[in-house]
Amino acid sequence: MLDPQKDYPLSQKHPEWVSTPSGIPLNEVSLDRVVSGEIDAGDLRITPETLRRQADIAEAAGQRALAGNLRRAAELTGVPNEKILAVYNALRPHRATRQEVEALCTELEQVYHASETAAFIRSALPLYEEKHLFKRLKQEDK
Amino acid sequence: MEKRSRRFALLADREVNRDSFIEEWADAGLTIMDSPNDPKPGICVRDGRIVEMDGRTEDRFDMIDRFIADHAIDPVIAEASMAVDSLEYARMLVDIHVPRHKIVRMLEGVTPAKLVDIVRHLNVVEMMMALQKLRVRRTTANQAHVTNRKEHPALLAADAAEAAWRGFAEEETTVAVSRSAPFNALSILVGSQAGRGGVLTQCAVEEAMSLKLAMKGFTSYAETLSVYGTEATFTDGDDTPWSKAFLASAYAGRGVKIRFTSGTGSEALMGHAEGKSMLYLEARCLMLVKGSGSQGVQNGSISCIALPESLPGGVRGVLAENLIATMLGLEVASGNDAMASHSDIRKTAKLMLQLLPGTDFITSGYSSMPRKDNLFGGGDFDAEDFDDWTVVQRDMQVDGGIAPATEEEVVAARMRGARAIQTVYAELGFPSITDEEVNAAVYGHASEDMPDRDRVADLAAAEAFLNGPQTIVNVIAALARGGCPDVAERLLEMQKQRLSGDYLQPAAIITERFEPLSGVNDPNDYVGPGSGYRVDGERWERLKRIPQARKPDEVIRSTTSGQPLKGLKSKGPAQPGPTPGEVVVALGPAFGTAITETLSGIPHETILQALVEGIETEGLVARIVKVFQTSDCGFIGWHGAQLSGSGIAIGMQSKGTILITKKGLNPLNNLELFGMSPNLTVESYRTIGRNAARYAKGLPVSPVPSMIDNMARLRYIVKTTLMHRRETECVRADAPIREMEFVPRA
Repeated sequence: MLDPQKDYPLSQKHPEWVSTPSGIPLNEVSLDRVVSGEIDAGDLRITPETLRRQADIAEAAGQRALAGNLRRAAELTGVPNEKILAVYNALRPHRATRQEVEALCTELEQVYHASETAAFIRSALPLYEEKHLFKRLKQEDK
Repeated sequence: MEKRSRRFALLADREVNRDSFIEEWADAGLTIMDSPNDPKPGICVRDGRIVEMDGRTEDRFDMIDRFIADHAIDPVIAEASMAVDSLEYARMLVDIHVPRHKIVRMLEGVTPAKLVDIVRHLNVVEMMMALQKLRVRRTTANQAHVTNRKEHPALLAADAAEAAWRGFAEEETTVAVSRSAPFNALSILVGSQAGRGGVLTQCAVEEAMSLKLAMKGFTSYAETLSVYGTEATFTDGDDTPWSKAFLASAYAGRGVKIRFTSGTGSEALMGHAEGKSMLYLEARCLMLVKGSGSQGVQNGSISCIALPESLPGGVRGVLAENLIATMLGLEVASGNDAMASHSDIRKTAKLMLQLLPGTDFITSGYSSMPRKDNLFGGGDFDAEDFDDWTVVQRDMQVDGGIAPATEEEVVAARMRGARAIQTVYAELGFPSITDEEVNAAVYGHASEDMPDRDRVADLAAAEAFLNGPQTIVNVIAALARGGCPDVAERLLEMQKQRLSGDYLQPAAIITERFEPLSGVNDPNDYVGPGSGYRVDGERWERLKRIPQARKPDEVIRSTTSGQPLKGLKSKGPAQPGPTPGEVVVALGPAFGTAITETLSGIPHETILQALVEGIETEGLVARIVKVFQTSDCGFIGWHGAQLSGSGIAIGMQSKGTILITKKGLNPLNNLELFGMSPNLTVESYRTIGRNAARYAKGLPVSPVPSMIDNMARLRYIVKTTLMHRRETECVRADAPIREMEFVPRA
């Protein structure tokens, strides 16, 4: 269990817990290694593990909703921008059918292991149905 | 009316009357917090599920109700929280014995209508007290806008560097042309870090571009996620609460701090207020923000500010919305960005509601350049108001997040910023930034001071950069190679902050030593006097030190030539004069020695000569004496009158304050007094001499004409105090009055 008072900020209290996606510890990320090309852009991304730690800190500090967001964020680190935008657009009003959104949820779950995100989206589907927020099919217009 | 009152005609031309004012109209949502259509607070929880909220059963929930019920209310405590009387909550908000965390926890169980019902009990002073206690971060901060019409990279970098140096914790840019986004984001990132390490930056653009910039490492926060309080407005905004919440997670997944945007008035403006009050709809927005898992919000009406300000209680309502956000534990960037009024008085009065209690970011966009260069259309306070802002902070000992800075410091910071972006452009092969452009940016004020660039080439390069493989890593390497290793280090340090995720916690900012400061490690611990954030120690020393403040001895240095007045010499102790044909001129103890000119800079010799000439035009003799027992003008004159053969004397202090008196009047009485010497000219002194002589001769005297300058006291009071102090230092209680000989220079 993390203690916000003792363990935060991670960059100062526990730099050893933080690393790049390729496993370079925070304190070993140096200018020399960037200039030499040893560290590239892929190394400067936050990892799911770090996001889950921050979620635990938020939770322990009484920020449940923020913690939930950070856990979903951990799942989305591996989802490419194009897919993020596809899901986002599908969730906007009248953009996608229920089947399309459900398919995206399945993909999030199975390809990206984003089960909390998928569950979060699925929880909205009855409401999308009720409020007619899915894409209207032509034959249904009548 | 046939005949117009001149006063009303003048009032009609006042700046405040260029603002719009309307009467309330509840059905159009044009009311602040008391619409008859607002629901009464209420909740019903069944099997851990909220089945009724604010008078609406679950089957009638709109999508916002649904989202709030599912994500923003803790059903475990909801019924208990709702059972507490609203007035009781209102009292807890201002009660120093009830700590922040206790209230915030209890309010996790309340509904939007309840939040409004609570704050309705508070007047603005109580709201400010509550805000002071409830804001998330102990230390206050501020956010800057950095843009310019030409989208000039060197000017963006220089302004970003200056804003960073002045202490803004976050800087935000946007675009005139969306293809500029990568270069604008890069310019303020590089510029801000060159100014001071640790500044968070963002570029407000549409989501796809925004995510791309975040992925490349060019931004560290985003606050473009707007939410609305009615379903129809939300749908018109082409979003749902779930689409926004999803996006928020996506940003956080890229290590980007997220802040939503809401604010009173947007629903009425977009025509879908459903007859509800602005504050009730905003309370719904804020619960939605919280339920989405955003750490904070920018609110305070933001771009709609003039709409609530057109209504009664509008500014109070805007403060109430800031307060509600803090009641939900959200970081608040509290507006004061868009133009709120034509009137400086009205703008400043409104600002006090956030500045005095302090918020996480006093403004959600202080225009760090002149407002005509503000591409957000904002600039309620801009670069030309920097000194007003720092003076107000110094006046009230409050911290609005902007430190005073000297011209040398600012020029140096701007130079670092402009040079750094010039280096990046050169190293990465972008269209070059010339030394001439760097200099123009460093010493300039606005885009009109900048040479035009080849926009086509810039935009093409920006597009290629965005779609190419280069990222922040190439920028850091470019800075290191190009001779800016310190800026490179800071940029890398920001990337390490991103890796750690520390700034994703509520209300996080990063200090110049790269220490994250958030609600977790810097929680607002205000529990009354002596607690919470106090402007003291090093910070107060910094805020006190405005460059305009002079050392006291500098203020009066010019009043002493160092050379005593040559033509004025002592002839020995003064005796009572035997002849009625004289007027005594009694001088203060510093006259012509420790002080040699008056408050307004007239040399003592000139003044004395004018007085003597004035007396002599009436055929009388001026006898000059110097009084050492007192520095008070009334007593100096009184002593003179005791010695005067005619009984008439002029008493004069070294700063030029002067009076005419006569023997028999008590020291605080006189014939004529001229208390404000800056209002006197040499000619006035000559007339004073002449009038004194006419009193001595028993002739009718018309008072000396003098101008009225209401600002004289304001301008001179510091110098007056210091000159009077110097004169008082020359007082010798046991020294006799001296008879003086005055020989004016030829």
